[in-house]
Amino acid sequence: MSTPGTNTDATETTGHGDISTGVAGSGDSNASATRITPGNALRPEDIALEVRTGLAEPTEDVAEYALRLGDDALILAQRLGHWISRAPELEEDVALGNIALDQLGHARSFLSYAGGAWDKTEDDLAYFRREHEFRSVQLFEQPNGDFAVTIARQFIVSYYQFELYRRLTESKDATLAAIAAKAVKEVDYHRDHSAQWILRLAGGTEESRTRMIHGLRLMWPYVNELFQDDDLTNRLAEAGAAVAPSTLREDFDRLTGDVLKEAELEVPDVPAAPGGGRFGKHSEHLGYILAEMQVLAREYPGAKW
Amino acid sequence: MAAQNLQSVPAELSPEEEAEAQAHFDRVMAEDSRIEPKDWMPAAYRKTLLRQISQHAHSEIIGMQPEANWISRAPSLKRKAILMAKVQDEAGHGLYLYSAAETLGQTRDKMMDDLIAGKARYSSIFNYPALTWADMGAIGWLVDGAAICNQVPLCRASYGPYGRAMVRICKEESFHQRQGFEILLELSNGTPEQKQMAQDAVNRWYAPALMMFGPPDDDSPNSKQSMAWNIKRFSNDELRSRFVGMMVEQVRVLGLTLPDDQVRFNEDTRKWEHGPLDWHEFQEVLAGRGPCNAQRLERRRAAHDDGAWVREAAAAYAAKQSKKTKEYAA
Amino acid sequence: MSPHGNPEVPASSATEINRDAQKVSPAVVSTSSTNDRPVVEPVETHDRGAWGLWEVFVRSSRGLSHVHAGSLHAPDAAMALRNARDLYTRRNEGVSIWVVPAEAIAASDPDAKGSFFESPQGKDYRHATYYTKSEGVKHL
Ligand SMILES: [Fe+2]
Ligand SMILES: [Fe+2]
Ligand SMILES: [Fe+2]
Repeated sequence: MSTPGTNTDATETTGHGDISTGVAGSGDSNASATRITPGNALRPEDIALEVRTGLAEPTEDVAEYALRLGDDALILAQRLGHWISRAPELEEDVALGNIALDQLGHARSFLSYAGGAWDKTEDDLAYFRREHEFRSVQLFEQPNGDFAVTIARQFIVSYYQFELYRRLTESKDATLAAIAAKAVKEVDYHRDHSAQWILRLAGGTEESRTRMIHGLRLMWPYVNELFQDDDLTNRLAEAGAAVAPSTLREDFDRLTGDVLKEAELEVPDVPAAPGGGRFGKHSEHLGYILAEMQVLAREYPGAKW
Repeated sequence: MAAQNLQSVPAELSPEEEAEAQAHFDRVMAEDSRIEPKDWMPAAYRKTLLRQISQHAHSEIIGMQPEANWISRAPSLKRKAILMAKVQDEAGHGLYLYSAAETLGQTRDKMMDDLIAGKARYSSIFNYPALTWADMGAIGWLVDGAAICNQVPLCRASYGPYGRAMVRICKEESFHQRQGFEILLELSNGTPEQKQMAQDAVNRWYAPALMMFGPPDDDSPNSKQSMAWNIKRFSNDELRSRFVGMMVEQVRVLGLTLPDDQVRFNEDTRKWEHGPLDWHEFQEVLAGRGPCNAQRLERRRAAHDDGAWVREAAAAYAAKQSKKTKEYAA
Repeated sequence: MSPHGNPEVPASSATEINRDAQKVSPAVVSTSSTNDRPVVEPVETHDRGAWGLWEVFVRSSRGLSHVHAGSLHAPDAAMALRNARDLYTRRNEGVSIWVVPAEAIAASDPDAKGSFFESPQGKDYRHATYYTKSEGVKHL
């Protein structure tokens, strides 16, 4: 079987005994900086296929849960996508684009899986649900603001998602575990990216420090909602399919605390917002996000793209 | 100046040295070999390259905008991912090209400032609006398609850094045209309304795409010199004719038509011909009087200006850190 | 300067060597004389925030050399590595990255200079193909 991307690697085909081909065919003669491959990883399409063929079928509870995580990632991807062509430097256009694409990938996987419980596709769920049917928490819908606000949001999100996905890799639900296993590596990089920027903005100029502090204060009210347990998460935690959000808090506080300390920043002392996103209670922002995201698909219901 | 060791720096030469250097340059051209930044090059060659590469870079960057306009509204999550990846690629292309231009001694910042100040040119096609989702298809198929036609020969451009940037870009471009084609194909096979949307987009982007190859050969005074310098490999009309031939084939598969009833293959010249193009409009758009010129520049200016404090912060942080490291070492 | 591969032109001359000596950039000297990692300051331009230029080298898979992939801008080494990851390995191009401040690279000058690169030519005895008498002998 030939896997895409591995066929040009001469190190695998070099035989012993014949020194001349060994020299010519191995090592540096193949060194290239533009050899591109798709790589092998779990794709949203794979999950959709498993769902369609009945290989993977979530319980109602798991589907509800996957919907939550999928909505979080989808709304964030929608927000981050706006930065592409507007970032502070071209390198950052590319970096934010990568993070947005990672999040969109996670969203598609979770939504494809969730849809399996109700015979719906990722697009049915993304484009044809109404605002109160979305299950994302409010942090994800917060506006991009300036770069510091976006970094503050990303910082909270990535440290939260990392702790969540890290634990979800051990979910008794094999599909959730598989999605999390792919996602946790990507989110680990998002943590690094946001932490690097927290340090630079906090320790850069007076202006950047002021903006960073402001950004964190704007986002921190929505931290609490991330760690609220409810009946669904309790049931799933009991069953070993998910983790109770409250159990992530300690690690989140410790690790974000370390970064903030290094940046000589305080954990913002701001009152927590009540949240409610998991039950369809959203901030004022989500309606606009959905209006824009869904407009075309809804203009042509049933159309294929 | 930064990075002098990898950059081309004009040298003060005596007349004899210059003659020798010119002879070497000419030999490199005759052998179809490559000029690298540390080689001597004629001032006009340097100037031409710098202009062409920076314009090319600007086109990639401004070209992100019409498509970025649809990322938030892409009608399926798969298309959203594809479009995001594509627009992101264009940022990378701009970046590779600015880097190539930087080897000629110009900073990216200066080039960006020239662009924002309206002093630099970029491909006029990006001053047209992307009005419907089908434009994502037409841009990918026609605009990226024309760009690829232009760019593949540039992989062999005589200036090494330019050619290498083009190799990387062409590899990445390979999916851009296909995804555009697929968008149009899907629309064409969709509802009558979708098909109409696709045809309308092709109608609007066809002529501007043909004009991407530049003015007719008779009207393109610099082309000859660029070809002598092995920067350009084929003339504008030559590439345009080839492109038309490819589109004729592909539009049939799409089940759409080209908005040009004069397209035909000339058996005598063995070349594809097309109807007249509105070169007056081309010049107008190039001169800044297109539908979106002001909007595109303003958006680039806003991104650059809004990002200034971020760039400064990171630079200041780096300076503080390196100072700390030095103090620690002392 | 002498063109490469042209036997009509002498490979080297005294004036040429002197000219080259002056062209060695001070940046090279300073970085090679500090045994620690070079500390690179942001490049001064009219824009206070403009980031320095870095050269990126990518190892496409284990066992292969790092190869020059291109350049980018970054405020410091840590961000340069991350930017390189985001830009030059988006399509699985690499498993390892080096970044080097462009100004820390010393380059031979110019690329195709005769006195620098023509001496190995004609020294066939460095190559296995020079030894024809052993042809046909096994395992040699
Ligand atoms: Fe491009
Ligand atoms: Fe500037
Ligand atoms: Fe493209």
